[in-house]
Amino acid sequence: MGSVTSYFGPLCGEEQKIEEERHFRGNDRPFNLSYHYADNAITTSKYSVFTFLPLNLFEQFRRLANAYFLSLMLLQLIPQISSLSWFTTAVPLILVLSITAVKDASDDINRHRSDKQVNNRMVNVLIDGELRSDKWMNVQVGDIIKLENNQFVTADLMLLSSSEPLNLVYVETAELDGETNLKVKQALTVTGKMGDSIHALAAFKGEVRCEPPNNRLDKFRGTLSLDGQTYSLDNDKVLLRGCTVRNTDWCFGLVIFGGPDTKLMQNSGKTTFKRTSIDHLMNVLVLCIFGFLAFMCTVLAIGNGIWEVREGSVFTIFLPREQGVNAALSSFLSFWSYVIVLNTVVPISLYVSVEIIRLGNSFYIDWDRKMYYPKNDTPAQARTTTLNEELGQIKYIFSDKTGTLTQNIMTFNKCSINGKAYGELFDFSGQRVEITEKTERVDFSWNKLADPKFSFHDHSLGETVRGGNLEARAFFRLLALCHTVMPEEKKEGELHYQAQSPDEGALVTAARNFGFVFRSRTPESITAMEMGIKVVYELLAVLDFNNVRKRMSVIVRSPEGKLTLFCKGADTIIYERLHPSCNKLKEVTTIHLNEYAGDGLRTLVLAYKDLDEDYMNDWKRRHHEASTAMGDREERLEELYEEIEKDLMLLGATAVEDKLQDGVPQTIEQLAKADIKIWVLTGDKQETAENIGYSCNMLREEMKEIFVVAANTAEGVKEELQKARRTMCPEVAEEPTVIKARAGLFWLQKTERVEDEKVDGDYGLIINGHSLAFGLEKDLQLELLRTACMCQTVICCRVTPLQKAQVVQLVKKYKQAVTLAIGDGANDVSMIKAAHIGVGISGQEGMQAVLSSDFSFAQFRYLQRLLLVHGRWSYLRMCKFLGYFFYKNFTFTFVHFWYAFFCGFSAQTVYDEWFITLYNMVYTALPVLGMSLFDQDVNDRWSFQYPQLYAPGQLNLYFSKKAFVRCMMHSCYSSLILFFIPWAAMHDTVRDDGKDIADYQSFALLAQTCLLVVMNIQLCLDTYYWTAVNHFFVWGSLAAYFAITLTMYSNGMFLIFTSSFPFIGTARNSLNQPNVWLTIFLTSLLCILPVVAFRFILIQLRPTINDKVRHTVRKEALPAPAPRRPPARRISTRRSGYAFSHSQGFGDLVTSRRFLLKMPLRSRPVVFTQTDSALAQSQPQHYRTIAEEREEPQSPQAVAAAAAQ
Amino acid sequence: MMASSYNAKDEDGHITVTGPGGGAVLRSKKPENTAFKQQRLPAWQPILTAGTVLPAFFIIGLLFIPIGIGLFVTSNNIKEFEIDYTGADTSSPCFNCSQNFSWNSTSPCTCTVPFYLEQPYESNVYVYYGLSNFYQNHRRYVKSRDDSQLNGNLKSLREPSKECEPYAYHNNKPIAPCGAIANSMFNDTLELFYNDPNGTSVKILLGTTGIAWWTDKHVKFGNPGGVDSNLSAVFQGTTKPLNWRRPVYELDSDQSNNGFVNEDFIVWMRTAALPTFRKLYRIIGKSSQMVPTLPRGNYTLEVVYNYPVRSFEGRKRMILSTISWMGGKNPFLGIAYITVGSVCFFLGVVLLVIHHKCGNRNNGAEISN
Repeated sequence: MGSVTSYFGPLCGEEQKIEEERHFRGNDRPFNLSYHYADNAITTSKYSVFTFLPLNLFEQFRRLANAYFLSLMLLQLIPQISSLSWFTTAVPLILVLSITAVKDASDDINRHRSDKQVNNRMVNVLIDGELRSDKWMNVQVGDIIKLENNQFVTADLMLLSSSEPLNLVYVETAELDGETNLKVKQALTVTGKMGDSIHALAAFKGEVRCEPPNNRLDKFRGTLSLDGQTYSLDNDKVLLRGCTVRNTDWCFGLVIFGGPDTKLMQNSGKTTFKRTSIDHLMNVLVLCIFGFLAFMCTVLAIGNGIWEVREGSVFTIFLPREQGVNAALSSFLSFWSYVIVLNTVVPISLYVSVEIIRLGNSFYIDWDRKMYYPKNDTPAQARTTTLNEELGQIKYIFSDKTGTLTQNIMTFNKCSINGKAYGELFDFSGQRVEITEKTERVDFSWNKLADPKFSFHDHSLGETVRGGNLEARAFFRLLALCHTVMPEEKKEGELHYQAQSPDEGALVTAARNFGFVFRSRTPESITAMEMGIKVVYELLAVLDFNNVRKRMSVIVRSPEGKLTLFCKGADTIIYERLHPSCNKLKEVTTIHLNEYAGDGLRTLVLAYKDLDEDYMNDWKRRHHEASTAMGDREERLEELYEEIEKDLMLLGATAVEDKLQDGVPQTIEQLAKADIKIWVLTGDKQETAENIGYSCNMLREEMKEIFVVAANTAEGVKEELQKARRTMCPEVAEEPTVIKARAGLFWLQKTERVEDEKVDGDYGLIINGHSLAFGLEKDLQLELLRTACMCQTVICCRVTPLQKAQVVQLVKKYKQAVTLAIGDGANDVSMIKAAHIGVGISGQEGMQAVLSSDFSFAQFRYLQRLLLVHGRWSYLRMCKFLGYFFYKNFTFTFVHFWYAFFCGFSAQTVYDEWFITLYNMVYTALPVLGMSLFDQDVNDRWSFQYPQLYAPGQLNLYFSKKAFVRCMMHSCYSSLILFFIPWAAMHDTVRDDGKDIADYQSFALLAQTCLLVVMNIQLCLDTYYWTAVNHFFVWGSLAAYFAITLTMYSNGMFLIFTSSFPFIGTARNSLNQPNVWLTIFLTSLLCILPVVAFRFILIQLRPTINDKVRHTVRKEALPAPAPRRPPARRISTRRSGYAFSHSQGFGDLVTSRRFLLKMPLRSRPVVFTQTDSALAQSQPQHYRTIAEEREEPQSPQAVAAAAAQ
Repeated sequence: MMASSYNAKDEDGHITVTGPGGGAVLRSKKPENTAFKQQRLPAWQPILTAGTVLPAFFIIGLLFIPIGIGLFVTSNNIKEFEIDYTGADTSSPCFNCSQNFSWNSTSPCTCTVPFYLEQPYESNVYVYYGLSNFYQNHRRYVKSRDDSQLNGNLKSLREPSKECEPYAYHNNKPIAPCGAIANSMFNDTLELFYNDPNGTSVKILLGTTGIAWWTDKHVKFGNPGGVDSNLSAVFQGTTKPLNWRRPVYELDSDQSNNGFVNEDFIVWMRTAALPTFRKLYRIIGKSSQMVPTLPRGNYTLEVVYNYPVRSFEGRKRMILSTISWMGGKNPFLGIAYITVGSVCFFLGVVLLVIHHKCGNRNNGAEISN
């Protein structure tokens, strides 16, 4: 679209000067309007009523195929060249154009509608000193508008004031970056003090200068001049369109960018269209066909020249040439005439049909009940309808872990308290009992505040806690106090926790259900209900989690005045800091921890320590000093933490299950059988990723070796990779074999390909983010790729979104294989966009991944159905369609070629013009569509039973250049038969009453009937799956052919349109002749028999997997759906580490400046911005496009300085 | 400036994830369970097995060979005699006529070609003229006609279509019938004489009607002004095609075979598909059951040699033929059927061998998992 506007922009003189700086004044419309900034109306529609026709036609003719047919039509208007009537091209072209136009129009009407809806939303605007409700589209730059809670942000605003203290505003940015957590924005103090005073706001005369509209979501630069002072503006003060205001009663904002200038709209401009490999192949083929067409026409033009010299010039007594036409000119003209006659080699309906088939196959995906997830009412969705057949060719899958393989739901499963393990069930004989949905749950009804969704099966734990066991109580008290979870209690007793990581949420919820309810928190206190009694703890310090510490602690003072430090963290870390008196307990707990780790659970160790008042006071003083110090604050705090977190008393350990989604191991197994390689790219830590790798069957104990690459230098990474490679395949050459080739249109693309190398046995590779960064560098990437591709399983941990995309691109570049990326979060977007096919899991983490994906569904396990069933069928259908389509058009056209040698190369057509017109659009359109919409070689059950059926797609076996050439040879043979058999049979033959039948019209009828019959039989041979629709289409189109032909050749049609239907009576006079039918019969057999024989021999001698399965299907009953095996318990000594969330906690709440600012007590969730830079790599990042640079971390000082100005 | 992918609806928060307890779900998005939507339509799934392919080959083989033999015999039973009277050779009796030719010579050149029929021709005998190397299927030639004029449209009679150029007007008068096809109409006159063994020469009666398609004569072609009009009056103001000696309304004395509905003309106007073709010229009606229509013996073909073909190395032939249910003599179909039948049978045997040697091994083979 952009290109079209850029075409028309200069024409209409609408081209704007490039804005270099935006400058406007608050509440000063006349001044602002002088700049002609865009108002807040958006237009996503492309056309208006008047521009639709010209613009749409213009766009359509920019497509090569349409332009080609337009030029053909123009050629046909030249009488000397016109070998066909104008309608033979015009009718199909008009049909194609109008179908596309109707589709475009309906799309655009929808856009108009939604534009209108959005533009007509109401918002309160401050006009002439009073608030008026106005439409969104009337909002201008410089207006002040008022937003209320849960309203959409109207335009990009500079925040002026808000109802919240410190002029904070909470916004949800899910639409922009997919993150569902709230973000906080803060207004300048100087504007914030205006509050909601309309008077003050109306008098606001601030002048803003800022950057021009752009698409950087996380950057904003500008200044506000107010009363002679200048204040700097940054991203923190800007509300972007697309956000939603949350937890804020009201706020006022000054419009900076409206409508098309907003960052949201600026961001949605460019969508790169993904094209499938078949698309690329098709483009190349069409080009080849053009070349071939030119070749044929040249041959025929030369033929015409020779004929004109040798025969034509002497034949002039009967057929005079036109004035001024000599042999050379005639030859030239005949070239163009043949371009017209043979134009059917470039099938106009090809593109339309391909789109229809893809659309149909996309609908099947939308309609599939087996990919519908009832729990959250999500059907699968094909968001891009043009990539279906690529689904049948996937070779590499790149998968996110969290939310994709796992549910991202943590459940508190087991725990070990003071050396006693809870959470497992045993039967009478002491055997472990499998816990299923039906197992009886612990009843928490005694606890009014319990979370009803929490389930636990071991009754003994509840009894222990209620029985007054001190350790158990301390255990859960710790869980209730030591965390950074935010509570939300909208109604009495309805508690909701907002946790930074699901692990924490699970632990706090567990404590809640066992009677230690974390109720509310203020910066200085934590209110908990301990077995029904309200206890308020004074919160003295939060020693927050980070990657290095791998633990977090809180220091609280109980109502009795007792000071306690509660600490939870990774076992290795905590164990180092335990008091020696715990050694015995440590041993027992270690056994439990090993067990939990073997089950793939995420474990935490809990410990506490009592502190004395004096020490605490001293420590607190030092802490305050350290935290306000300007230099090396981090280090000093770190030391202080180290000092206090020692000599801890062990309480026990928790085990949280990172629940795998249903059917993940089975799906992975199936996909592996289909020879698809799965790489897991996760932001998680190595231990977590490894654990999931085991539990979802990607890493197996029986693997020969699992390499871990975790070096810190490029050299180290290289060495480790090489070592791994040599272990797997000692004899392979050191240097990778890179095959350079050229591909694409005009062979302009250079491709490099690394061959697959065969390895015996299964290996796994785990590589961490640091090493991956080195591995992705130019000199190491081939090494990385080779090693990784030798392994069965590759797991990359601690991967940034950018790296995810780089990995995908690396494989794309050197393997020339089709890749699929699947993920659910905003951090997967780059990878989803980079891969050939992106699949979004519509799950917990917002919609960003889904919005940028091509296919989406709710559960990872649906992937196997998408690929093994839908993908395979789509690919099969598309290939069959293309093969047949090219065959039918080539055959059709080649007959003309042979006829040229018998008609003096005069571009005389073999068939009736009406047949030529209707052949593609009517006679053969539906049967082939029927085949390509319904065909299936074997049904879905069998597709699952034999995942190997997927392999031909990966190898491009069904349709390739080779297959295309084969198809051309086949057409060549068929066309020879189709021309020369009727030729020989009709040569010098007469009717059974002696009259003429070797005339042109009868011959045309015979040839076209033969052609159509052969094409239909060929289609029958290609169709594997004969539904009633197929029967109807095939027989229907044959019947339609005869009906239409008889109608067109009837007296009536001739008498009404004398010059258009000259074939009057031909059908009647020749179709009643036995030898005509004998010829048709003979021709069909001669065309079909070799095909049947050839296919039969192939089946006998070299049966493909398809043939074998189809054969098996005949003999055997439908396979039963595979039984769901319970996952076997792994005996492993692997220990899962401290599996906290991989981002920093909310601990800043208590330790940072906001704590000192004394926030008033509020019972609503407060969300904090990430401020620390030391661990930037572990923060959740909002990557929108790969190329974007990161926002430099914003330091509190800078903010404070800006506020103080 | 305008974003094409942005959908304002997305901004609207319509993409909420409906979680459990996410409000009352009004209508489930669960897809319908129909056979069509779930791709479970009942279907017939034929595959190529030895059980179907091999018998098919044998049956086709066994079916085709007898049909072929039948066709071949039928075709062989048709009697056909062909004589080339082009006069290309100096020895040929028409050599002189073919040499000095001009369209507007007043004295027709006549030549006689004697021939001998070795077999008697029973039943109706059809007389054809055949032309070779004559491109009646040339694109410019094929379209050089005006169907609406030939259909009797008066307007087209006065204003022939552009397609007829350069044979649309002559001396500012419209040509009727216009166009190159009509202009080049075959105008040799062929007459047959039977040379009785007793020396007399008997002229054989040649039927001039019944040689064109019924649809052509009654629907496609029509004289202007209807059936009973006075042709010379209707064609007033038009001129004859350049090469013709007589105007179109003088083609035959019989009113129903004159003008545009003259059958010789109609037959000519049905252009041939290939550069070598034959066209029905006359029918020799069967005289009685007892006597063959053309008995064995000597005949003379008398040609009024009008039609020039030497310049483009064309050939003119006269063909006498009887016909059968499958039309004229054409052994091709019979031979083709016999050949295809035998090949089929042979292929069947080959396939059977292949199937026995390899098929069982492969088809029974387990699919490696």
